[in-house]
Amino acid sequence: MKIKKISVLVLTLSLALSALAGCSSEPTETTSGDDRPAEVEILNVSYDPTRELYVAFNEAFAKYWKETTGQEVVVTQSHAGSGKQANAVIEGNEADVVTLALEGDVDAIRKAGLINDGWVDRLPLKSSPYTSTIVFLVRKGNPKNIKDWDDIVKSGVEVITPSPKTSGGAKWNFLAAWAFAQNLYNGDDAKITQFVKDLYANVTVLDSGARGSTTTFVENKQGDVLLAWENEAFLSQKEHPGEYEIVTPSISILAQPSVSVVDTNADKHGTREVSEAYLQYLYTEEAQRIEGTWFYRPSNETILKEFSDIFDLNVKLVNIDDDFGGWDAANTKFFVDGAVFDQIYKQ
Amino acid sequence: MSLLTFTRGEICAMNIVTTKLRRFAPRRKAHVIPGFGLSVGVTITLISLIVVIPLLSVLVALSGISWREFWGIVTDKMVLHAYQVSFVCSLIAAVVNCVFGLLLAWVLTRYKFPGRRILDGLIELPFALPTAVAGIALTTIYADQGWIGKIFAPLGIKISYTQVGITIALIFIGIPFVVRSVQPVLEKLDSQYEEAAQMLGASRVRTFFKVLMPELLPALLTGFGLAFSRGLGEYGSVVFIAGNIPYKTQIAPLLIMGKLEQFSYAGATSIALVMIVIAFILLFSINFIQSHMNKAAKNN
Repeated sequence: MKIKKISVLVLTLSLALSALAGCSSEPTETTSGDDRPAEVEILNVSYDPTRELYVAFNEAFAKYWKETTGQEVVVTQSHAGSGKQANAVIEGNEADVVTLALEGDVDAIRKAGLINDGWVDRLPLKSSPYTSTIVFLVRKGNPKNIKDWDDIVKSGVEVITPSPKTSGGAKWNFLAAWAFAQNLYNGDDAKITQFVKDLYANVTVLDSGARGSTTTFVENKQGDVLLAWENEAFLSQKEHPGEYEIVTPSISILAQPSVSVVDTNADKHGTREVSEAYLQYLYTEEAQRIEGTWFYRPSNETILKEFSDIFDLNVKLVNIDDDFGGWDAANTKFFVDGAVFDQIYKQ
Repeated sequence: MSLLTFTRGEICAMNIVTTKLRRFAPRRKAHVIPGFGLSVGVTITLISLIVVIPLLSVLVALSGISWREFWGIVTDKMVLHAYQVSFVCSLIAAVVNCVFGLLLAWVLTRYKFPGRRILDGLIELPFALPTAVAGIALTTIYADQGWIGKIFAPLGIKISYTQVGITIALIFIGIPFVVRSVQPVLEKLDSQYEEAAQMLGASRVRTFFKVLMPELLPALLTGFGLAFSRGLGEYGSVVFIAGNIPYKTQIAPLLIMGKLEQFSYAGATSIALVMIVIAFILLFSINFIQSHMNKAAKNN
């Protein structure tokens, strides 16, 4: 009797162990470049506001790819907060390409060993085919008369912006405000910090992501001003015509979303060729126009000028490398635990 | 008399039959699910794969940091405040759910009225609904321009983006736990007891607290424990309604997400570990109290 019991236990345990062992081995497949299968599928892991852009872009790319190679390409899109998406790829979401909000998020995937060193320089303009900036979305008629950053730190103005702790995009918002104050106070750190502190004291809802903030401002009618990606602001305006106005401040930041092939995954899936072509296609004139149509600023200067009636091209744009010493320096100074952003909330 | 007398032969035959029958009788107590070894084996394997190993991996993720760092993270003022928000809101929500859930279960089991089955089916909806959908819907309704928020706004009461809002979201997701724990007990509880109590002259209040409550309390405690611990960990619905302002409406799970976003796995797991330990102690003590109550009930 006892022997039977033990043997049953041993059997179940060994079954469990073999099930565990089974998880670790994964099939790998490779296909050579020339004899392409009739259809190929790639996964583009992106951040929140690019959903509509990539729907349009994927269609254009699929057409181009079919014409040049005869191969059908199906691009699956995935959207969420940029940092969350980077984490997901690191944890095993098998993205062939990533198109994220921050260079730092793509670099985190490199640090995990999935993207090769030097990815930033593999594509033109530091792998950022389109840019955006941070603008203000205000209610119709601009009742609080908001023109620039110093208007939103005034008492009585309610500001909606996501938290830079949970949203990569929100780091741009913070840095844009910082850049304005830096210019205003000639680099006096104490005064700049106070300015940003006053700004965040006016924040009534600190959502966890950019889309969440837009919902709070647009659907739930909270606050007087939304600090938003320019493309997100235009999209809200388009969806609710006549209800919102966009105010471009005197100084903002050049938000440079980064794109890269995830080398390990693309090689494993045998999709390197199509993945690379996919990202390169973002720089073509046709794609640049699509990006402009979806309110991203095309990196191609000539095409950007075609959209000068939409974008305020007079805004002074600072950028992360020249004005903040790159993402590593900016994160250390502002966003890691205990840094400036935590300090301004300390009571 | 004659019916009870047997001949020798008859008795002998009966003896043979009974010994034969005995041979077929089970040697030990029969169980519905066969094989103690097999069922325990499967149980342990499943619990290991699904509960224990993932929880232990929390400890593995923590191995990179020292005790001092761990202590620094979990006693940070912002983190302590987030714990406080999470615990207070979950506690209030669980208490409200106990009162409200008991009433709901009572109505559903004791009265027959049109639409009762539909109401009964609605109870589980908070489980089925994706929490983000619930969060967004609740936020919109309770925002100062929303259907319900509009009523409270002139009184100076803000619901969405305050701790009240967080509590409401937690009540929403916790209510099925209480109702479904109490309901079966109420169904089994014969109304004869209440009638007997009344016949013996007990007041309604006395009947409720002395006759019904002792029977219901263990189930109510289970519901409380489930609702409370679910509330502690809830993220999806709360982030939308919370407003997430540090030191005001930031919940602990949000801090965990924030740390993950910064690729600070050790930081995230430190906060998580404290929550797991507290939740475990809490559930364990509820189980302990419950088994005591059950014993006491049996002895009476």
